[in-house]
Amino acid sequence: MSAPVLRAEGLGRRYGRRWALRDCDLDVPAGHVVGLVGPNGAGKTTLLSVAAGQLAPTTGTVSVLGRAPAASPAHLGRVAFVAQDTPTYASLTVAEHLTLGARLNPRWDAATAADRIARVGLDPSAKAGRLSGGQRAQLALTLGIAKRPDLLILDEPVAALDPLACREFHQGLMEAVADLGMSVLLSSHLVSDLERTCDYVVVLVDSRVQVAGEVEDLLATHHRLTGPRRDGARLPSDQHVVAASHTGRQSTFVVRTREPVLDPAWRVSGLDLEDLVLSYMSAGARDAARPVLEVRR
Amino acid sequence: MIEFHLDTRSGVPPYQQIVRQVRHALRLGLVKEGDRLPTVKEVVGTLAVNPNTVLKAYRELEHEGLVAARPGLGTFVTATLADASLAAHGPLREELRRWLAKARLAGLDDESIEALFHATFQAASREASA
Repeated sequence: MSAPVLRAEGLGRRYGRRWALRDCDLDVPAGHVVGLVGPNGAGKTTLLSVAAGQLAPTTGTVSVLGRAPAASPAHLGRVAFVAQDTPTYASLTVAEHLTLGARLNPRWDAATAADRIARVGLDPSAKAGRLSGGQRAQLALTLGIAKRPDLLILDEPVAALDPLACREFHQGLMEAVADLGMSVLLSSHLVSDLERTCDYVVVLVDSRVQVAGEVEDLLATHHRLTGPRRDGARLPSDQHVVAASHTGRQSTFVVRTREPVLDPAWRVSGLDLEDLVLSYMSAGARDAARPVLEVRR
Repeated sequence: MIEFHLDTRSGVPPYQQIVRQVRHALRLGLVKEGDRLPTVKEVVGTLAVNPNTVLKAYRELEHEGLVAARPGLGTFVTATLADASLAAHGPLREELRRWLAKARLAGLDDESIEALFHATFQAASREASA
């Protein structure tokens, strides 16, 4: 079994007095396409930048592929990082980007790069500054893939893309995963972007990880219960309440449990990934809005 | 070759949709024994789904004895679900066409035709199983 792609214990990062990320514990196994999802400003970019070795943590420990981020030149070669808005050099041509990639990366796969550029229809002589958003994203993705990393990190790669370009980007990314078998860690503020592609999700709200796990397992252990009004505290102890809402007579809970829900008073239904993530997001936002009563040490 | 499509709002997990589409195609004789299924890379390149989704679907089909993976060559159909009844499809389809024409002539729209078919089909299966 290979080392976890991302492992964090008590990981935190502070900017001045504001915590962008705190108490982050993660253990993400290799071989997944991991979706990091959360609202804007939740700390997604901070977590990805720490994993990429571009930012040092304030507290806690983090390891990527079993080593500290950016531990050595060899380790740097195993991780590819595509920053937000898929940056490229505006005055360089597509072909010059590939030359640059080849000179800077010891494991550079020129054949894969040339093949991808041809298949997505990029003109090698075109300057990156003249490409559309979708084309620029494809160029950045090609650079990330041709580096032949064991882990490809992408920060909000499709945020600025139209739906067609977004689909094409995901098609290209999934082809590369099928072909080369690398792990992927990508972020988005939209669950719908990640629903088809990710088999592992990390939900980050207000600088804290709310839930993390394999999508299939999360979907199997979360249920929506609807029935006569009831206090959440009176649910069985194995049912962890994620979200609750009440009307005059009715209660709706989203619970997490490994046990079957046996109480006949409830109508039990499943959740899709979007419902599940949104339940955690609203729970996280609610906790954040509460007055913070922390003991000062 | 079979081409898959996904309905994300159906509530059916994507891997199961792929399994169903293969079974459906087998039943209608659209794919036959010896046909190659698209490679995992081909499927994810069109559907933009996680490769594990396709692998899981293919494993399930393999488990059902409908396909077999040949390393380096691809996944091939090894059984058929159409068997002898396939010969009857043609005449039945013809009758159904005539029935549809009659329904249209009687003024039924698409939704009414579907509703009538479904209701009759369900009533008939209930009678058959009773």
